[in-house]
Amino acid sequence: MLTRTLLLTTGLAALLFTGCSTGTGTSTSASVSTQPAPRARATQGPSSYTPVTDQRLANPEAENWLMYRRTYDGWGYSPLDQINASNIKELVPVWTFSTGVAEGHQAPPVVNNGIMFVSTPQNQVLALDAKSGELLWRYKRELPEDLFQLHPTNRGVGLYEDKVYLATLDAHVVALDAKTGKVVWDQTVEDYKKGYYMTLAPLVAKGKVMVGVSGGELGVRGFVQALDARTGKSAWKTFTIPAPGEPGAETWKGEAWKTGGVAVWITGSYDPALNLTYWGTGNAAQWMGDQRPGDNLYSASVIALDADTGKIRGHHQYHWNDSWDWDEVSAPLLMDVQRNGRTVKALVHPGRNGYLWVLERRADGIGFVDAKPYVKQTAFTRLDPKTGRPEYDETKKPVTGKKIAFCPSLWGGKDWVPAAFNPKTGYLYIPANENLCGSLLGARQEYQPGKLWLGTEIKDIGLTVGDNAPHIGEIQAWDMNTGKKVWTRTFESHNWGPILTTGGGLVFAGGTNDRYFRAFDGKTGEPVWQWRTNSGITAVPSSFAVDGVQYIAVQSGWGVDAERMQGALDSVRGTKTDVPQGGVIWVFAVKR
Amino acid sequence: MEQDEGRRALLRAALGAGALFYVPRHAAAQGPDPRAQRPQAGDHVVFAGGDRAGQVIAPADLVSGKAPLTAFPMDPGSRVVRDGSRLNQILLIRLPEADLDDEARQRAPDGIVAYSGVCTHAGCDVTVWQTETRRFRCPCHESEFDPRDGGRVVGGPAPRRLPRLPVKTVGGVIVVGGGFIGRPGFQPG
Repeated sequence: MLTRTLLLTTGLAALLFTGCSTGTGTSTSASVSTQPAPRARATQGPSSYTPVTDQRLANPEAENWLMYRRTYDGWGYSPLDQINASNIKELVPVWTFSTGVAEGHQAPPVVNNGIMFVSTPQNQVLALDAKSGELLWRYKRELPEDLFQLHPTNRGVGLYEDKVYLATLDAHVVALDAKTGKVVWDQTVEDYKKGYYMTLAPLVAKGKVMVGVSGGELGVRGFVQALDARTGKSAWKTFTIPAPGEPGAETWKGEAWKTGGVAVWITGSYDPALNLTYWGTGNAAQWMGDQRPGDNLYSASVIALDADTGKIRGHHQYHWNDSWDWDEVSAPLLMDVQRNGRTVKALVHPGRNGYLWVLERRADGIGFVDAKPYVKQTAFTRLDPKTGRPEYDETKKPVTGKKIAFCPSLWGGKDWVPAAFNPKTGYLYIPANENLCGSLLGARQEYQPGKLWLGTEIKDIGLTVGDNAPHIGEIQAWDMNTGKKVWTRTFESHNWGPILTTGGGLVFAGGTNDRYFRAFDGKTGEPVWQWRTNSGITAVPSSFAVDGVQYIAVQSGWGVDAERMQGALDSVRGTKTDVPQGGVIWVFAVKR
Repeated sequence: MEQDEGRRALLRAALGAGALFYVPRHAAAQGPDPRAQRPQAGDHVVFAGGDRAGQVIAPADLVSGKAPLTAFPMDPGSRVVRDGSRLNQILLIRLPEADLDDEARQRAPDGIVAYSGVCTHAGCDVTVWQTETRRFRCPCHESEFDPRDGGRVVGGPAPRRLPRLPVKTVGGVIVVGGGFIGRPGFQPG
């Protein structure tokens, strides 16, 4: 008791010291929000911290989730199997934690030996005891007041040695001391006033922190940059649009390359054997292809960058001269796929363009294997069987001055939301949206640095729902060896739920506007469990274990594109849907 | 005591980040640079972009019932345009007299009203004018504001109305009557 009293006293003193207390008498005042956070509860850094090494990143212990998709191959798979079909009904929350901010929470709880790191909108990082939910420290970035937040979110932290890395909305990378949350270094990557910002979780490998920039809607010139993990100094920087004289420059005309977009806003995957990182790239800016003739490399592509030098070792453009706003930013999943009796070292990508792509990764490039639509797609008429290059139905390709309708909508069959692969079931799980089509009327707009530059008026962006469509959201399971879809779960709501799959043979996802977090049987797709949370879930779920107990963790906090699509659906249907906002970290375990 | 130490470390961390990387920008926005200074009483207003960028907006440029103009304030003495901060963007519009109640009419000389052009939700430029509903709309997250009703939020996630900028017409010139009523832009965490 004495200890507790002392803690409370210290907590109150802290509040008074910061000068931000609103003084609530004799209560513990634990809820008073100040910056930095008051810590009326015992909140000290972990007494010990296990450094994160290249070996651990390449081959993480089963109980840990050390990066965005847990492993470099991008699977979103935890081998933990304690939670499975036999006990899933007993899954209950063991602790929750309010993040204190609204908007779209999208980051996974990243866990290293019992210490959890969670990033939230407004560039906050929380360090928590993963077992008890005790707050260890909190970092909250003071964002510039003139920031333009098109995507007020963050998709997670990176870990290396004793540091935690955050890519920020004002286009910095910050390295925090994992034990204290103290800023070790803070490096400017680009000028946020020109429209650059970052929302992705950094990819960390071989002493480098790799990030890509957002800002495709503001006419940036995209790039991936690697910073030295210890110092923050730039190691290399590779633009996603070649400058004149560089290979691929001939796919742009005039000055278009300077403001051509091709943002990189999702974490790359990495093949340590080839030492190649694979990054998905955004569409070209502005949106209307006829105003920037050419294929526009490396837009809507996957690019292979050498982890040491950043040199482009290969690329595959999913679709050329994009005019649909189909960013292909999700990094491909790295897996072995059987094709014609041969094991293909594959790159698998369920595209925003509605096709499920299978490519082959090699030291000297990227080859095309096959692709097929996984949602209704009206824009492509055929793919070249050798190269995969699509041919277009020109009546379905947006142009300047004419309204063009196409499927899927500009949010695609799947947007940034990550798919998952389970090596036990052998299935790829795709969070998809079906029965949605879109339209665009292109317009000429003057480029101004830091301003939205879409090539269409907002009012001319259309969304339509298929006639009598019984559902929009889906989770699809694909057997990648046979190339066949094995099951589909459908949801009346649209689906923006990143997927976790586990060694227990389960699939976990939220994503719908009814606030549920759900589990499915990975083999059959049968729903086996659900829990209604505070808000809608658009965050990446993770799984970890502490002291031999497996946990499932996810942030609930609706916002950004899920909210935007809800607004568009409501205006099409004349409905009004109120999905409450505000972030909460949920941690579940089997009742004991 | 360890808690206290930890808290101080946290404070140092937060202050460190602020001092090194935030305050200079903040100082630039608030300091002596007249380009970045918020609109001042007596300022005139100029076109923010387009063919007439930088030219003074006259009352006749504002047509009742038409879309708003995007403007920046200008110091008439030095002719410095205050375009050094995007938080100085102004939406100027002339509202039909019939749309205004008595109170609103007092704030709107000849129907002219001015608001911050930056959304209070996530700081995006409020660029869309909805002709039918006569509302401002933010393209980022669909917040809507009613210029006839003090910039009140009428849709979307914005937590606060658009700050109004008092304006008057003096000798055929639109003149800023005082600073923004409220803080333009989003509230940084």
